[in-house]
Amino acid sequence: MDNTRFKSDATFFDRLSSLNFGLVALVSLLAGVGFVALYSAAGGDFSPWAMRQMMRFGLGFFVMLFIALIDVRYWFRLAWPIYILGFGLLVIVEIMGQVGMGAQRWINLGFMNLQPSELMKIGVVMVLARHFHNASLQDMRHVRFLLSGAAMVLAPVALVLLQPDLGTALMTVMAGAAMFFLAGAPVWIFLGGFAIIGAAIPVIWHLMHDYQKQRVMTFLDPESDPLGAGYHIMQSKIALGSGGVEGKGFLQGSQSHLNFLPEKQTDFIFTLWAEEWGLFGGLFLLILFGMVFGYGLWIGLRSRHNFGRLLAMGLTVNFSLYVFVNIAMVMGLIPVVGAPLPLVSYGGTAMLAAMIGFGLIMSCSVYRDSKVTRV
Amino acid sequence: MSDFVTKDAKDGRVLTRRAFVIGGLQGALLCVLGGRLAWLQVSQGERYKTLSDKNRIDSNLLVPERGEIVDRFGVPLAVNQQNFRVLVVPEQTKDMRDSLGAVQDLLNLDEAHIAKVLEQAGRTAKFVPVEIADDLTWKDVAKIEVNLPDLPGISIDVGKSRTYPFSESTAHLVGYVGAVSQAELNRNNSELLRQPGFKTGKTGLERTYDKALRGAPGNEQVEVNVMGREVRRLEQSPARSGARLALSVDAELQRFTQERLGRERSASAVIMDAYSGEIYALSSSPAFDPNQFSSGLSAAVWEELLASEEHPLTNKAIAGQYPPGSTFKMVTALAALEAGLATPKTVSHCPGHYEYGTDLFHCWKSSGHGWVDVVAALSESCDTYFYELATELGIDAIAEMAHRLGLGQEYNFELGEERAGLVPTRKWKMGRFGQKWRAGESIIASIGQGYLQATPLQMAVMTARLVNGGRAVLPWLVLDGNVKSMRTVKWPSIQVKKKNLDLLKRGMDDAVNHEEGTAYEARIKEKGFEYGGKTGTSQVKRITMAQRRSGVLNKDLPWKLRHHALFVGYAPIHDPRYVCSVVVEHGGGGSSIAAPLARDLLMQTQRRAPAGRTAGIAGAKGRDNG
Repeated sequence: MDNTRFKSDATFFDRLSSLNFGLVALVSLLAGVGFVALYSAAGGDFSPWAMRQMMRFGLGFFVMLFIALIDVRYWFRLAWPIYILGFGLLVIVEIMGQVGMGAQRWINLGFMNLQPSELMKIGVVMVLARHFHNASLQDMRHVRFLLSGAAMVLAPVALVLLQPDLGTALMTVMAGAAMFFLAGAPVWIFLGGFAIIGAAIPVIWHLMHDYQKQRVMTFLDPESDPLGAGYHIMQSKIALGSGGVEGKGFLQGSQSHLNFLPEKQTDFIFTLWAEEWGLFGGLFLLILFGMVFGYGLWIGLRSRHNFGRLLAMGLTVNFSLYVFVNIAMVMGLIPVVGAPLPLVSYGGTAMLAAMIGFGLIMSCSVYRDSKVTRV
Repeated sequence: MSDFVTKDAKDGRVLTRRAFVIGGLQGALLCVLGGRLAWLQVSQGERYKTLSDKNRIDSNLLVPERGEIVDRFGVPLAVNQQNFRVLVVPEQTKDMRDSLGAVQDLLNLDEAHIAKVLEQAGRTAKFVPVEIADDLTWKDVAKIEVNLPDLPGISIDVGKSRTYPFSESTAHLVGYVGAVSQAELNRNNSELLRQPGFKTGKTGLERTYDKALRGAPGNEQVEVNVMGREVRRLEQSPARSGARLALSVDAELQRFTQERLGRERSASAVIMDAYSGEIYALSSSPAFDPNQFSSGLSAAVWEELLASEEHPLTNKAIAGQYPPGSTFKMVTALAALEAGLATPKTVSHCPGHYEYGTDLFHCWKSSGHGWVDVVAALSESCDTYFYELATELGIDAIAEMAHRLGLGQEYNFELGEERAGLVPTRKWKMGRFGQKWRAGESIIASIGQGYLQATPLQMAVMTARLVNGGRAVLPWLVLDGNVKSMRTVKWPSIQVKKKNLDLLKRGMDDAVNHEEGTAYEARIKEKGFEYGGKTGTSQVKRITMAQRRSGVLNKDLPWKLRHHALFVGYAPIHDPRYVCSVVVEHGGGGSSIAAPLARDLLMQTQRRAPAGRTAGIAGAKGRDNG
């Protein structure tokens, strides 16, 4: 076998036909839910959100297919360059980032605001997949091997924390931990990790910004301060609850349309959706997400090489973390952390990051038989 | 190291197992989210639905329009007139101060006023209109209208304010409205009363029928956004306007009466239907301008009204209590006739005074009337004749007849400040002063002096019962409206003999139309308009013997001590329909002052002939009630 060249056994059209059309359909359906919700959020208008979101999705769709049709071995090679690019962008954001929402998170590219931490998460999953690609179970017990992997996660996390964006930092750590778990790291590491986190909570509390503390406090008892910091959670719960089983109907979500609901086009898009479409609509969306998770894991399981398995599953876990954090937040189960609902919320970077992620997952599927070597 | 990597079987199994753990965790978390969603939307759905509606729905009260008050012919007595105000919506102005400054120049408002407007605007949301000025004249409205294109955010709004077209003429009758007082709010703290600018009836019919005139407020539910701005109207139950009250009063006659009374310093009069009891006119003079009250009265005007000796704020026709004087003689006469102590043939000699024990009681005519019967005694108003009857009757028999004729009691009349007057009895005096009744007190009571007191309204009722064949008619004011009317009441009999009443009528006829009668000078000569009646002059201060000897004349006394002039009358003479009572406070003589006044009123009443004529009010026929 040729070790240095990637060999393609099939034509472009064979590759195209081997795409996971089920996953493509699911992703498009989720984005479609987003269009409907954004159309409603604007009071029954394509502007300002729905139309732009559709254009972004269209662009992202081709990016996704493009990535999917590139041999997974290229992605194996590009893992480190992408990681380093993301890391560099994070540094740039830290140095000259613009002030937004009290935290520095964006790079203005002129046509869009790029949030490097979103791309960085993909980079972290990619380098970890590469790092663990050839590891045996014995390797997974070597402390040095594990520590070098941990450093790949914690270096960008430290930068994200500096922004400061606790939510993204935590999610990156959790995605990384899931990668360790999947790669076969000993269970005692996770048990020890939980113990350390439990002990660290008082320290973290001390280090948190006031607005972060406030979010946690109002999360614990949102109704104590309905006009202050607890307002968002309270209004979101009112919107969800008042939707009932059948919902208020398309364009009829009074909480959203009368602006009682904050950030209805971004972080609280699930609330808007479930207010108008009720329990049926809400469960429909949850089931769609569940199917996407299942699809992602299944692609991972079917991959013949470890890189593909870890990459597909890691990206799926990363995607699902966003979904869980966002929906749990709008339902008042966890504090407001400011995470969008991927594919559905209005936002360029998040959409792009999700589409890149699904492109990579599909690449793992299309090229599941590729022979990935350690270079 | 192998270039083609196939993980050993054990490694693969670990990954697969852990993938299932991850998948299971994801499934479990999705179930938690689904469960939470179901809990919020199903178990808590109703609670959050209520909270959501509380968020979005604002309820506005729609203020009902106050009912109009009209006379028997539909002539408006109290209406809601358009009142122009100028408003500013702060968010629609380019610069709030510029806009206000422009309006300030146009309307000549002072700086303090503008400061107040700015202060008020600061307290509410930017889209809430704020009133700059109200009660604008047409000229001011025109000035603003012309400049509107240059006044962004400024608008003219039409409100309603209560006005009384007949002004002073109906002031005591209709009353006026005013701002809701704290006492009213304490009694009934309804949302309607708390509306800015809401007014309630303060006096007269405006107060008596306040509830009916108010109507019922409507309600409007509007959807508001998070800023409180109205987004759309959800539901509206319109306000129900107050009842339109149609009075028995004839506005033209009322105005005539008020003007005629105005020629005296302080007077009151009642004109009513002898059979139905409906009031055609009820006036007290001087009066006040109720329009000033409904639009807010200056303290100076109020002080002046309160301090005035003529009591312009008191409705003397129902609250003024006067000794009825000789107008009471019919009561004494009827009591004696019914008791059989007098007959048409009973005659008595009047030497100009009457001796009882050691006391001497004077007749007004010191030379005496000579031999008089009951008819002459009434027409010439001989006091001595009644002194004699009184000593035989005693006070209780007189009082009983006075009560039957409607004196000494309240009628539950539709105007609140009605007074009961006073008809003394033995029991009353014992209770009041702990003293026994003295015969001399019956003697002076027989000519309507002493403790006796009656209101002009009571004297009119008394006269009505005398000339309507003895029906216990009561006065009333409301012909129609969403309130109880006494239009269809059948009045019970007062159980007196018709021939006795006819005798009294002859006496009252002669008093005006016989050349010996006390009111002969004030008779109506025009055929078909003649009237009958009885003069009265009641003492405010007992005339001392010394004064009598020295010949002190009434007009030399200070105004407050002069006699009241009274008259009760009826018309037409052969078929009485209208009765009238007149009291001129400290006016002097009944024949010289009160009788000519009553003549004018009865003349005008007969000319207008309001009885049985109304503006389409079914069943208001009147006479059938008798």
